[in-house]
Amino acid sequence: MAEPFLTVTGLTRRFDVSKPWLNRVLEREGRQFLTATADVSFSINKGETFALVGESGSGKSTIAKMIVGLLTPSAGQIAIEGQGIDPADPIAMRALRRRMQMIFQDPFASLNPRWRVGDIIAEPIRTLGLMPRGDVGREVGRLLDLVGLSAADASKFPHEFSGGQRQRIAIARALSSRPEFIVCDEPTSALDVSVQAQILNLMRDLQDEFKLTYLLISHDLSVVRHMSNRIGVLYLGRLVEVADAKRLFHEPQHPYTRMLLDAVPDLALSGRRRKSVSGEIPNPISPPAGCAFHPRCPQVKAECKAAVPVLCATPTGRAACVFAGGAPASIP
Amino acid sequence: MTKPLLSVRDLVVEFPTRRGTLRALDGVSFDIAPGEVLGMVGESGAGKSITGAAIIGLIEPPGRIAGGEVWLGDTRIDQLAPEAMRRLRGRRIGMVFQDPLTSLNPLYTIAQQLIETIRTHMDVSEKVARGRAVALLDRVGIPAAARRIDDYPHHFSGGMRQRVVIALALAAEPELVIADEPTTALDVSVQAQIIDVLKEICAERGAAVMLITHDMGVIAETADRVAVLYAGRMAEIGPVRDVILAARHPYTAGLMGSIPTLQHAADRLVQIPGAMPRLDAIPAGCAFNPRCPQVMDRCLSARPGLKPVAPNHAAACWLADTGVTHG
Amino acid sequence: MQDTKPRGRLFRIWDSDVAASFRRSPVAIISGLVALIIVLAAIFAPWIAPTNPYDPSSLNLMDGFTPPMQPNAFTGSTYLMGTDNQGRDVFSTILYGARISLFVGVSAVLLAMVLGISAGLVAGYRGGWVDAVLMRVADVQLSFPSILIALLIFGVARGIIPPTQREAMAIWVLIVAIGLSDWVQFARVVRGATMVEKGKEYVQAARVIGVSPLRILIRHILPNVMGPVLVIATISVALAIIAEATLSFLGVGVPPTQPSLGTLIRIGQQFLFSGEWWILLFPALTLLALALSVNMLGDWLRDALNPRLR
Repeated sequence: MAEPFLTVTGLTRRFDVSKPWLNRVLEREGRQFLTATADVSFSINKGETFALVGESGSGKSTIAKMIVGLLTPSAGQIAIEGQGIDPADPIAMRALRRRMQMIFQDPFASLNPRWRVGDIIAEPIRTLGLMPRGDVGREVGRLLDLVGLSAADASKFPHEFSGGQRQRIAIARALSSRPEFIVCDEPTSALDVSVQAQILNLMRDLQDEFKLTYLLISHDLSVVRHMSNRIGVLYLGRLVEVADAKRLFHEPQHPYTRMLLDAVPDLALSGRRRKSVSGEIPNPISPPAGCAFHPRCPQVKAECKAAVPVLCATPTGRAACVFAGGAPASIP
Repeated sequence: MTKPLLSVRDLVVEFPTRRGTLRALDGVSFDIAPGEVLGMVGESGAGKSITGAAIIGLIEPPGRIAGGEVWLGDTRIDQLAPEAMRRLRGRRIGMVFQDPLTSLNPLYTIAQQLIETIRTHMDVSEKVARGRAVALLDRVGIPAAARRIDDYPHHFSGGMRQRVVIALALAAEPELVIADEPTTALDVSVQAQIIDVLKEICAERGAAVMLITHDMGVIAETADRVAVLYAGRMAEIGPVRDVILAARHPYTAGLMGSIPTLQHAADRLVQIPGAMPRLDAIPAGCAFNPRCPQVMDRCLSARPGLKPVAPNHAAACWLADTGVTHG
Repeated sequence: MQDTKPRGRLFRIWDSDVAASFRRSPVAIISGLVALIIVLAAIFAPWIAPTNPYDPSSLNLMDGFTPPMQPNAFTGSTYLMGTDNQGRDVFSTILYGARISLFVGVSAVLLAMVLGISAGLVAGYRGGWVDAVLMRVADVQLSFPSILIALLIFGVARGIIPPTQREAMAIWVLIVAIGLSDWVQFARVVRGATMVEKGKEYVQAARVIGVSPLRILIRHILPNVMGPVLVIATISVALAIIAEATLSFLGVGVPPTQPSLGTLIRIGQQFLFSGEWWILLFPALTLLALALSVNMLGDWLRDALNPRLR
């Protein structure tokens, strides 16, 4: 098998959520930490779409931010084609930034309202110095064309566009440095469904055309099913299952994955009754001991409360559940 | 059919702006029978929330109801004085909004808010009201309701808060509950719980529900009938099964095709080109004509009315009788 | 798809919501006109004023204490707003005085803006100890009345500057004193707005491609926090003009050789009880009209930029 494009090993991020010093002294409280991401390992192959799904507090956006360098990991490694990312090395970071881009969730917040569309799209080109000044205008026109807008739109401001068009502009900006890898953080969750379809189709077309590798962050299982080759399921900052996309939906190994699948409304009216899940996501500042899912798990056993289960090989991939069986899997 | 509980006729809502008057709702008509769940779907800006706001008299000025009638039973409610409308809200119409924090006052305990609502609308003692409040909280699934009733809203998680809001909406035993995106702010695994609670408790009390959401999945599971809005106009209305499986308006058909599903992985999603027009640029004729795959000359000049295509099922399309190709 | 053609900048300004709100608001139009007239009259004072009140050769002491619109008993000259004790035309002194007042007010606010915006941007973007230090300094300063701060700075400057240059430097000292006493509110507002903006995804998008923090602050965040800054700046100009008048009235401001409106009021109040009311009244009315109109413009601007408050 070819070397994976991106490898993430033992990625952990803690946030200090302590109250201010004076409050801590007066209220006799210690420092508090929120572990947004704990010991997450996965890899993404070249040209595939790897999806991370999870609900709020699952740490999926934190992982995305660490990969693109918006946050520094508290522990763990991120490597591109075997080369570890070192945020302290500006020259290496500069080269990496060109290869890696990000599409954000909210197209109303991700475009600077005071900038013209042409300047927004050209910013990566100019910042990274990828092209002589004179060619930038033509390139912006080409990019706008590529995402289904017109070159004349470059002189307009973001507020003149609808949500879907803005997301196209954001995609054009992401493409402007000709990256190989794009992190897509909930790219359609702020859009209406008919527009969501346009954007998802566009993302697929661009992937085929430019051989892009995607990391798709989403809470919407139907979107993930439609877009991805492999899927990682996160719960309270830990990866609970990684599997081939098609098989995950037919043979979920982790009870949480099964629960998520059951919670998806049945649009085909097949008569499948959506199962209501008991309980809610615990507070990530004080997660349950052992398997974080145990308070909600229908199959909970004594050992689930004792220790955090490790990812084990399953017929479909890997899962972190004592019921998923098998010996601990090695990290691919 | 029994006499409708809520009857909306040719409702028009306008927002005057300095660039001219915008029609946010343009001739919307529908009925809700007692105990029925009517889903209302549409893209953002289609007018679904404004329909709900118009019914309960909460259109933000300078917006106003510029035409049409709203009847709740035998009372015409679109022209009620603010004071009368306030009495009607809560008593006969309960409300559940997207963000539970907007419906709950952070400065009062759940008990204070529930008891106040119950006693405003019903002539009962404080003690009786408290008993009722506890029973309601218990019914919507708040564990240890008798103890937690004295907590403040911020002590509850998002899902629990929305349960409290449902309890509050049902406190005065209204005939109609208007739920505007009740699950949008919640996590997937909690959404199902809230929808179940809402549906069950309303069925139990015989309250009709107008469920406003952009999520077709929620509608499919919950509603008896569904109304599809587009650019402030009713595109299609009918039983959920018929609308989802045999849409008669090209917009509905396109909308259904554009939703990715878990069942079958298509390589490409059906997409409707373009976007819903802004309210200041609605085309002449059928508002959907620039995006419609089956557009004809007639669509460009004449606006189709809502035509019955089957029992209980109507669509506003010139092709509604002859057939719409499904994407 | 929008069918609006890209139009010129002037059209965009005329067509903007702020411009429309201005056209709809009689208060804004009237205050704007009043302020504009005073500002233009001050700028063009040398061309408008009938006399140059600070040219000793043009002064005639015999003209002193001429009441408005009445011929002088000795010389027969008539003055619109009368003359002061030295025979200077009050109308002319007001025009020249407004010039000084506006110059000091606007310069002081510009200085406060530069300081406050820089501090606010850095504190809001960096956070941590930089933020803590800057904001505590701001808190300390806010716990004193700003006029006291200005007096303090004035006193220190007096100690540093050699007596021979004091007069020439007086205006600049005044500007620094008022500017330094006024940066805090800019810093606070900009800091808050920066903290909001830096969390937005457009800033993250710039960080992903490695745009430097300085560039992010100046090119991305600054244009988006200028709305509230403009509101405060407008109101601050009114306050700075009043502060300048207060200081000059107290006698620590500009020297009598270059009198501002505040100096004129101080001179005028000496004659209030001896019957020469015009020497005080007209400068005071001008100061009132200027401060009030600028203030009301600021109020209107705040409402226009912040539709939620309406």
